[in-house]
Amino acid sequence: MEFVRREAPYIAPKANVSSMMLQVLVALIPAALAHVWYFGPGFLCNLIIAAIFCVGGEALVMRLRGRPPLATISDYSALVTAVLLTFALPSLTPWWVTATGSLFAIVIAKHMYGGLGFNVFNPAMVGYIVVLIAFPMDLNLWVAPHMGDIDYQYLTLLQTIAYTLTGALPETLTFDAISRATPLDAMQAGLRTMHTFSEIWANPIMGNFGGRGWEWIGNLTLAGGIWLLIKKIIRWHIPVGVFAGLLIPMTVMYAIDSSANAGPGFHLFSGATILCAFFIATDPVSAATSPKGRLVYGAGIGFLIFSIRQWGSYADGVAFAVVLMNMATPAIDYVTRPHIVGHPRRGQRQ
Amino acid sequence: MSAAPTYDLGKLHGGLRLQANKSASTAQAIRKVPVPAQLVLPIAQHVGDPAQPVVGIGERVLKGQLIAEPDGALGAPVHASSSGKIVAIEPWPVSRRYGENAPCIVIECDGEDRHIERAEIPPAYDTLPPDVVLTQILQGGIVGLGGAVFPTAQKLMQAVTCELKYLILNGVECEPYISCDDALMREYAREIVGGAQILLHALELDSGYIVVESDKPEAIHAIADVLAEVSDDRLVLKQVPSIYPSGGEDQLVQLVTNLEVPSGGLPTDVGCLVQNVGTTAAIYDWIINHEPLIARVTTITGDGIAQPMNLDVRIGTTVADVVNFVGGYTDRAEQLIIGGPMTGKTVTTDRVPIVKATNCILVLSQDPALGPEMPCIRCGNCAAVCPVQLLPQQLFWYACADEEAKIRSYGLTDCIECGCCDLVCPSHIPLTFDFRMAKARYREMADEKARAERARLRFEARNERLEKQQKARDDELSRQKETARQAGPEAIAAILKRKQQAKDED
Repeated sequence: MEFVRREAPYIAPKANVSSMMLQVLVALIPAALAHVWYFGPGFLCNLIIAAIFCVGGEALVMRLRGRPPLATISDYSALVTAVLLTFALPSLTPWWVTATGSLFAIVIAKHMYGGLGFNVFNPAMVGYIVVLIAFPMDLNLWVAPHMGDIDYQYLTLLQTIAYTLTGALPETLTFDAISRATPLDAMQAGLRTMHTFSEIWANPIMGNFGGRGWEWIGNLTLAGGIWLLIKKIIRWHIPVGVFAGLLIPMTVMYAIDSSANAGPGFHLFSGATILCAFFIATDPVSAATSPKGRLVYGAGIGFLIFSIRQWGSYADGVAFAVVLMNMATPAIDYVTRPHIVGHPRRGQRQ
Repeated sequence: MSAAPTYDLGKLHGGLRLQANKSASTAQAIRKVPVPAQLVLPIAQHVGDPAQPVVGIGERVLKGQLIAEPDGALGAPVHASSSGKIVAIEPWPVSRRYGENAPCIVIECDGEDRHIERAEIPPAYDTLPPDVVLTQILQGGIVGLGGAVFPTAQKLMQAVTCELKYLILNGVECEPYISCDDALMREYAREIVGGAQILLHALELDSGYIVVESDKPEAIHAIADVLAEVSDDRLVLKQVPSIYPSGGEDQLVQLVTNLEVPSGGLPTDVGCLVQNVGTTAAIYDWIINHEPLIARVTTITGDGIAQPMNLDVRIGTTVADVVNFVGGYTDRAEQLIIGGPMTGKTVTTDRVPIVKATNCILVLSQDPALGPEMPCIRCGNCAAVCPVQLLPQQLFWYACADEEAKIRSYGLTDCIECGCCDLVCPSHIPLTFDFRMAKARYREMADEKARAERARLRFEARNERLEKQQKARDDELSRQKETARQAGPEAIAAILKRKQQAKDED
């Protein structure tokens, strides 16, 4: 009898990349629904555009590289990039902005570096930074959260689709009538114009501990993130690092002067902090890889977010923080190598 | 006596809790495989140089008779597992990777199983000086039965030169499917404990641990009962959780003593000597019963085997004979693995014989779930399970880039090839195989370099020698010239004249 030749081990691995990516997508569904609830159906329009250009861009590149496109698309990593980019964009974004960000993310940031597993930078964040710099006006147009007591007009589904396709509002509406500063913008601008924290907090866009609406998106993102932790799709080091890097200095600042600084709760539940900690910074390809390295990497991102929000010209800064720390990843990996069993420990001679 | 508690264990990084799949083979007692028609005994069943046959074709041999003598420092003798006639000494497929050929002594058994004469009264080993006991162990052909097949006597002789603290008996059979040590502990606890006592005497030690995984309650009870009976306070039973690969030698030392075996070193460097429980039982058999290592307990299991069980089988019995004994293959039999599912080797034919190292014959269907290999996404799952705390994702990266210095600094040679990283890799990269290949490649390159270095030294030495000779000739010539110059033209003329005369006389 002839038997086959194989190499040990003979037990098949259970996890696979596609199912990991799918679980990341599933974990984001509650937050996405909250986003639609508070900021209108624009999120869905953006998501469709982003998905088409991310996945289409990937298929095109794979074709040009002479590889089967379907095998690559079916790892769902391009779809994750599309979703993360969509979360970063305002709900009203013209399609060419989304398309530019998507193509830049996939074609330049991902595949020009060799595709999945080889990209140095987080593709979604690179795509976002490009459109943030190229289309600053469009990226500043955030509508107020859809809540009963805020005086604001919102767009219907058809009007949203029309805006996405043309970039023009219905004639009866003006930008001023629908747009509001984001809570982070309002906080940063308010504090810099010497308003006290409590004066700014009187603004109806502020909620219990973060921006209104944003709080709930944050809660649901957190739930999704914790689910990923439980399913062991991500590990705790990066989220803990991000929170520590951002919240510890924020708490110190708040303790020193609580009228001139927003508290840690506000920073945690406004903007993209939670999304960054669990879904963006945890992109394993562009992050540091050892447990200690991931803590350092996360803390670096958190501290950069703190610095940008505190002293920078952008109100949030997640994308810049992530991309800057991506640059530091090889160095972090090098200095945080774990002790190999049987090797002399640091400062110990054999 | 109740089972010993799990206590004060060292910390082991990573590892996996794997589905054991052992109950099929431990459901019944160990069964003895009858003498086969033919025995195939490889002359290399240990890590050192092959043994040299001391029998000729056509010669009759008895059970327990020496048929090949150790050669070199790391040798181990081979004994006939039954009586019969030597019919061939020839290459035969053995349980190396894929079942390559290696020289074997083939015995046609006469079925009488006649034993070579043995001393009737076993000498009390504890009256003998320790080094005599060590020399006796050398002659028993005993090698490490945990899989490494390092000659036991040499391991012990190295150990007595070190400052030893503990003897550790390895009953941690952590690899799935394999249950031969479990079965042995259940049924031969007396022999195991007896062997441990012999070792303590031979090593002049007074502290030993018998370490068993907590998922083997029957084995723990059996050992505990014997320990209570012999009431030897030098031996302590210790339980460890069943996490693969706690049974690796260095891992076990770390678990039991919380000491790390230095990279490239041995457990004796931290005062430990580890012996597999099967090896200890074999030492007992040899020292007390004068039975050399000619049989062992082997697990035969997997979904490709009709009746999985543990067998007491003679070394040299072919896998085909063993499979026949247990009722043949099922129709799912596709892979024949010698060893376990994590570290075993596939062989292409069941003509390979059971050797001293064969702890398991695993016949499996092929797993269809294995997906295509994808790029590494640096998820770090591999690093989380690595028992040596390597970063397999980085090793893989540098292995692909063929950066030898980098891959060495990331600890390639510290990889124990346990296979844990493969099992958690979402990209289905054959990491262990890649590391094995990289190790082989760099070993080969180092050998090549050493050869080139030797050749260079030889070449330079030759040049130097030639130069020296040339210089000596030149010196001699100039010395002669100088002598001639000093002597003056008359002397030269006289010499020439003398030479001319000598010529004329011829």
